[in-house]
Amino acid sequence: MKKLTFTKVFSQLLLLLFVIAWIVPTFGLFISSLRDKDVLAISGWWTSFTTTEVNEIYRTKGKEDQIKEGDYYFIKSNLFDEKQGKEIYRFGVTSKNIDEYEVGETALFKDKTEITVFENGDYIWKSKEEFKKKKGKRIFVSAKSPPSFTLDNYKEVLLKEGLGQAFLNTFAVALPATLIPLIICSYFAYALTWMKFYGRDLLLATIIASLVVPLQMCLIPVLTIYNDFGALFGVSAKSYPGIWMAHTGFGLASTTFLLWNFLKTLPSEMIEAARVDGATHYDTFKKIVVPLSIPSFASIFILQFLWVWNDLLVGLVFLDKHPSEIILTAKLKELLGSRGENWEILTTGAFVSMTVPLFIFFSLQRYFIRGLVAGSVKG
Amino acid sequence: MSIFSLAITVLIGVLFFVLFFHLSNFLLDYIRVKASKNFAFENSIRVIIFIAPAFIVLFVFIIYPVFETIRLSFYDKVGENFVGLFNYNWAINDPDFKRSIINNLGWLIVVPTLSTFFGLVIANLADRIWWGSIAKSIIFMPMAISFVGAGVIWKFMYDYRGPGDQQIGLLNAIAVALGFEPQAWLTIPIWNNLFLMAIMIWIQTGLALVIFSAALRSIPNETLDAARIDGASELKIFWSIIIPYLEQTILVIWTIITILVLKVFDIIYAMTNGQWQTEVLANLMYDWMFRGGGDSGRGSVLAFCILIGVIPILAWNLYRHKQEQKV
Repeated sequence: MKKLTFTKVFSQLLLLLFVIAWIVPTFGLFISSLRDKDVLAISGWWTSFTTTEVNEIYRTKGKEDQIKEGDYYFIKSNLFDEKQGKEIYRFGVTSKNIDEYEVGETALFKDKTEITVFENGDYIWKSKEEFKKKKGKRIFVSAKSPPSFTLDNYKEVLLKEGLGQAFLNTFAVALPATLIPLIICSYFAYALTWMKFYGRDLLLATIIASLVVPLQMCLIPVLTIYNDFGALFGVSAKSYPGIWMAHTGFGLASTTFLLWNFLKTLPSEMIEAARVDGATHYDTFKKIVVPLSIPSFASIFILQFLWVWNDLLVGLVFLDKHPSEIILTAKLKELLGSRGENWEILTTGAFVSMTVPLFIFFSLQRYFIRGLVAGSVKG
Repeated sequence: MSIFSLAITVLIGVLFFVLFFHLSNFLLDYIRVKASKNFAFENSIRVIIFIAPAFIVLFVFIIYPVFETIRLSFYDKVGENFVGLFNYNWAINDPDFKRSIINNLGWLIVVPTLSTFFGLVIANLADRIWWGSIAKSIIFMPMAISFVGAGVIWKFMYDYRGPGDQQIGLLNAIAVALGFEPQAWLTIPIWNNLFLMAIMIWIQTGLALVIFSAALRSIPNETLDAARIDGASELKIFWSIIIPYLEQTILVIWTIITILVLKVFDIIYAMTNGQWQTEVLANLMYDWMFRGGGDSGRGSVLAFCILIGVIPILAWNLYRHKQEQKV
């Protein structure tokens, strides 16, 4: 048994502090996305785990719901529209005295009708004469609200706010924008590693320089090319193939560099032996290099996929903001502007956009880390 | 578009490239068998097939645009008339530009420093604690989240309600609980930059952490044990052994985060859009790309300024590459 020294306890506490500081923001967002939107707007998410006391106003049903039993007319119903798990403990019938009665007691309205409210929201309203008003009366209740969570926000955001479509669009951008550079660059990296040709070193140096060239340096000319191309052929300058190629271009240097770094480590005897045996470069590539590179393909796939999925700038410049093209990050930014106070939409939307990255993160963390450690430099 | 038509588009896009390589190589093999064995010819065609697609993409999307952007920075807003240094002159006298340069410098100092520092400290702590790998996972997680997503997360943290109301943003709730006035954090000039930087630090610490963790494992245990036997405190070991050992790694992480910070765009664009004196170069550049129908001259000058920031790193990378090639 190791001794518990002061340093040990201190480092445990310090690390715990870091962990809490890092997880709390995301956790708060996640909890908020599961809360009822009315509650979310008036109380902090950290209050959602405890039973809270709320004062609310409900309205009884009107004359259509009355039934006659014996000499009396009754309206029997429940105050809550849907089951919320709230427990009423006091109620009142005037705004001056909102908690006048204990639950189960009978209150008297000014018009001599009587109402009894029960813990679960059921009420019986009794009158000697027929109810004449269409609108019911106001009932003030004090209730205990237990922690309650709902998936309503997700339904709303995915179906009504158009995030479901944006989700599909993002997939339609991210998959080819990851696969195309992977295909092109694996041939390219192979050539840079195993083929001899004039200008190879210069090309390699260009790749290394391109690694750090900021994206901003390329946006204006590429956009101009797209506009000219669109005008020339009478097609839209903003399209899926357009953004795939843009992402391919901006991710090309890092993908090639990572692959080249990996291919360098393969034993050259093996490649040379295959060549001596008469295999073409294409055979060597297909039958030896690709099977050996699967783990590094996985790392690069994850890095590029996450980069494209999380990108905002390229999506803004090269895709339209139509519902049929808008990507998640752009949609989220749009919501931040237009629905800035609707936290139920923002928190849920943000969480929807995070689902795929988080899934990849938790299931393929090993490859993700390996890719990053192998030298994550992105242009 | 429906899910079906999207899937078809995606499939065609990817298949196009698969088929290109497949068919061209197949064709070359076919010709080789038929024609005489001219290896040199076959090889050079093969090289072209292997590198042409990547090279064309590299040329169209990186090489040509870099020089074109530099050219455009000397031209007017539509890129037609030469205007000399007009755009540069405008930049120097533009208050937004000055603000951006100052803010970018602030970002460059604060974010890489703190991310690297936190990453190093956490990697060291986590290495010696049994639940360290879980802790590392949690701290690394923000790396997977988009900047916009992180923006929403933190905007919620910074949310502001009037002094009488219930605070729903955690930071203000804490401030109120401690007896302070609630603040609209993102609208307090100068300080709001720190609140935006916090987001980037929150994300990038994970990167520093995993790279440091990998590097820490390469420190020989004998060295550490020897120091412990000699009675060195953990703090002393950290400063005198671990830090010097990780010098290269620190430099690498520093440059990665520096490059990232120079082009920081998403966070600013999503959170404040440069209001309340939080403007940075990348956001200003995006703004000029589209403001008033777009001004390619001014946009290019701003992009060029970002490039100037990375040139020292670019030169250093090339130098290191040369050194490696010699070995």
